[in-house]
Amino acid sequence: MTEVYLNDKIIGETEDGKLFAQQIIDERRKGNLSSEVNVFYDESSDSVLINTTKGRARRPLIIVKDGEPLLKEEHIQKLERGEIGFGDLVKQGIIEYLDAAEEENALIAFYPEQLTPEHTHLEIGPLAMFGLCTSLVPYANFSQGSRVNIGSKGLKQGVGAYCSNWGIRMDMDISLLHTPQIPIVKSIMHDISDYKSHPSGQNVVVAVMSYEGYNMDDAIILNQSSVDRGLARSTYYRPYIAEELRYAGGLVDEIGIPDKDVKGYKSEKDYRHLEEDGVIYIGAKVKEGDVVIGKTSPPRFLSSIDEYALTSATRRESSTTIKHGEGGVVDFVLLSKNEEGNKLVQVKVRDQRIPEIGDKFTSRHGQKGIVGLLLKESDMPFTASGIIPDLIFSPHSIPSRMTIGHLIELVSGKVGALAGRYVNATTFSAENEADLRKELLSLGFRDTGVETMYNGITGEQFKARIFIGNMYYLRLKYMVANKIQSRATGPIQLLTRQPTEGRAKEGGLRLGEMEKDTFVAHGASLTLKERFDSDRTIVPVCEKCGMIAVYNEWKKESYCPLCGENTLINNIEISYAFKLILDELKSLGIYPKLILENKY
Amino acid sequence: MKVFDEYKEKLPLKIVEEVREATKGMTSDKIKKVFEKVYNEYISSLIDAGESVGLIAAESLGERSTQMTLNTFHFAGVAEMQVTLGLPRIIEVLDGRRTLATPTMEIYLKSPYNKGKDIQKIALSIKETVLDDIADEYSINIVDSTIEITLNKERMKELSLTPSAVLRAITKSSKSYSPKLKDERVILKVKGKEETLNEIYKVKENIKKIHISGIKGIKQVLPVRRKDEFIIITAGSNLKEVFKLNEVDCTRTITNDIFEIESLLGIEAARQAIIDEVSKVLESQGLDVDLRHILLIADTMCVTGNIKGITRYGVVSEKASVLARASFETPIRHIINAALIGERDDLNSVIENVMLNQPIPVGTGLPGLVTTFK
Repeated sequence: MTEVYLNDKIIGETEDGKLFAQQIIDERRKGNLSSEVNVFYDESSDSVLINTTKGRARRPLIIVKDGEPLLKEEHIQKLERGEIGFGDLVKQGIIEYLDAAEEENALIAFYPEQLTPEHTHLEIGPLAMFGLCTSLVPYANFSQGSRVNIGSKGLKQGVGAYCSNWGIRMDMDISLLHTPQIPIVKSIMHDISDYKSHPSGQNVVVAVMSYEGYNMDDAIILNQSSVDRGLARSTYYRPYIAEELRYAGGLVDEIGIPDKDVKGYKSEKDYRHLEEDGVIYIGAKVKEGDVVIGKTSPPRFLSSIDEYALTSATRRESSTTIKHGEGGVVDFVLLSKNEEGNKLVQVKVRDQRIPEIGDKFTSRHGQKGIVGLLLKESDMPFTASGIIPDLIFSPHSIPSRMTIGHLIELVSGKVGALAGRYVNATTFSAENEADLRKELLSLGFRDTGVETMYNGITGEQFKARIFIGNMYYLRLKYMVANKIQSRATGPIQLLTRQPTEGRAKEGGLRLGEMEKDTFVAHGASLTLKERFDSDRTIVPVCEKCGMIAVYNEWKKESYCPLCGENTLINNIEISYAFKLILDELKSLGIYPKLILENKY
Repeated sequence: MKVFDEYKEKLPLKIVEEVREATKGMTSDKIKKVFEKVYNEYISSLIDAGESVGLIAAESLGERSTQMTLNTFHFAGVAEMQVTLGLPRIIEVLDGRRTLATPTMEIYLKSPYNKGKDIQKIALSIKETVLDDIADEYSINIVDSTIEITLNKERMKELSLTPSAVLRAITKSSKSYSPKLKDERVILKVKGKEETLNEIYKVKENIKKIHISGIKGIKQVLPVRRKDEFIIITAGSNLKEVFKLNEVDCTRTITNDIFEIESLLGIEAARQAIIDEVSKVLESQGLDVDLRHILLIADTMCVTGNIKGITRYGVVSEKASVLARASFETPIRHIINAALIGERDDLNSVIENVMLNQPIPVGTGLPGLVTTFK
């Protein structure tokens, strides 16, 4: 008897497991069972495993019967005419999805010519082995696997038109490319996935060369003039949200311009953009610290205040302000209600981002790099026919990474741009490279893709011919404007009195343990002390008991809580963190006695 | 001569002797000039007071070791003899681990043998042989409750063992076995206790590990040619027993087990072994670390007379300052123990002063200001 398992739980037994599994498959193909059911007959343990759970990676295959694929010419014609879709083929039982387990029972042919009566399935095409993003990488079969992987990751980070209704959406941390383009060199997946409605890159002229050393180590040089004309320009959006929350006791938040007697009132200047309803107007130019939505909240400790009947003037200021290091123009204001029916205000702020040094760009082959220099058109190298590259890419990025796809795309892009057509670069079924080179030759260019170029600064001809062509480049969402950070003095943490950490909190850069060691190794003892002075404090210490004493600011004198006023008290300079550790030791019941000595 | 006596106090004796050798036959004026130059050179090569030598040594070794290929194994010769090298080995040495991942020895031989005489035989005699290596089959006679062991004659011939020698080894190993010989087979009767079947099965497993010949702990031997002599490389280490062999040149034979060297040859030898082992790894990785850094580390590890690893149980636990120990690892333990005995911290070292934000007593923080009061 064969045991039958449904989602790893035993549900019964059957006489002939193989036949039973086949019956389930037949019913599924007829449409009597969900197409998401997969069944696997395990010969070694003689059991049938039926799986309907989520999380199984499944892939589509053409069903084969008696050595003949069920997908016929008529189906393909119907597909081309748009009479049926892919889903119809699944419903008709011509194509089915197999999971990893059911694949074990299948014999799959790569090509129709290889089919034998034993075969159960046929691959739809080589592209079916990739996911959506990887299918969008052109010439992936020419590059190293790891680079294809990086390339497909890069596609997800590219800024572009990520959706069509972006104008009314309130997405966090989103960028939109101003003039996105369809790639000249594309794979069939670009058509299948309707890439033209949400493209994310631009076709640029790329020269592979080093120029003045500003594109070493994965850096790229951008043409400033191209950038001025709008190359890779994008807009960054950030929504700011405020709600009128309800608290116990019937008190509510209030959206509006706060009164001047509210606790924590900012300056009048900070509220200058607010309209009467307390919400900013569209088109306002805002900087960090400006109030976007004015709001006041009820006092924190409600009950105690009620007792003393001091309710009026103690409302707290709780406005939404522009975050540190950000700014822009108010793009969109949305007044609405949340699930509980409370007033909800959302304000979208837009900020134009022009490419600058440090912004990240990538081709579709895992060749990512940051802008090292923006060079005026007049200083950029040019070809004999006067073409000036938009982007200069370093040839040193090629040998160790072996991204040959990158180089082929450059040539095909050139052909496509010159011939005014798209080039099919689908992985494993791209246009013949030799034919492309012939076409390039017929268009009046060298078939190798190289051209004679001249130094834009001196006008001299380069000794080497430069490999130049068109490529699809993506601007990635990582921009220096979101990362740049500096601080002289600024906020400190309440507990340790050390500088705060992180860009959002205007934090400092930590001089850590290993950095400290370098100072010690140099013997720069006093410099090190100065570096760590951020939390230094002067504390009075009682010399009798060795504990920290108290300074009475009003009486201008110190006293020891243990020994009283008639004791020798001296001020010492220590780090506040050490004062804290002394306090912690005391709370452990350990007596940390400070014994003072004269320094000199 | 007068000059020599004068400089004996200023210079190390070895340098004075060297100068004496080199200046033979010179006039005393010239010798004096030589000494002046030597002395200036000596003073300028001294480390300045207040230089953080320990930290620089740690950085010099630590920074270079980040460039080491992780987990490299070195194959000595042809056979598969694995020796841990690279970062894992450095960590092993500096941590002062007692059990090594791959203990090995390099056995040098005395004159006739180091040219290849009987090299195979010597190597095999060093290798540890247990009963299981020469036994073909074990069978249990339930009626007599005995174990019959069939011996492999060929293997025994290779190892030049006789059945009676095997018998002696088994008798020696435990008093509870009484083996007998019967047509090239060893019949073993278990004495004492109940002779349950279970017991006999247990005994059967135990006797497999009975030491027959060779040196305990030596699992593999490999004679190799190094320059113009033959040496034996082993997997497993037992320096003490190997030194007892007549063929072995005890002056050059070494092991990579530092603790074995310490117990047998003393702490100075162990210190040299640490230096050699660390330098060997660095050299094999093509890293250039000044020997004096390694010397300092080895000295620190051996200064107490025992090998102390650079761990919280070893060198760090020797630190005088409570705060310094607490800042390394397991702070709570150190603080509580210090509180129990009322320990006093004089803040004489680096890390405590960093914690208190005081100038650290190295480099520019070392000199105090001396003024005369009027």
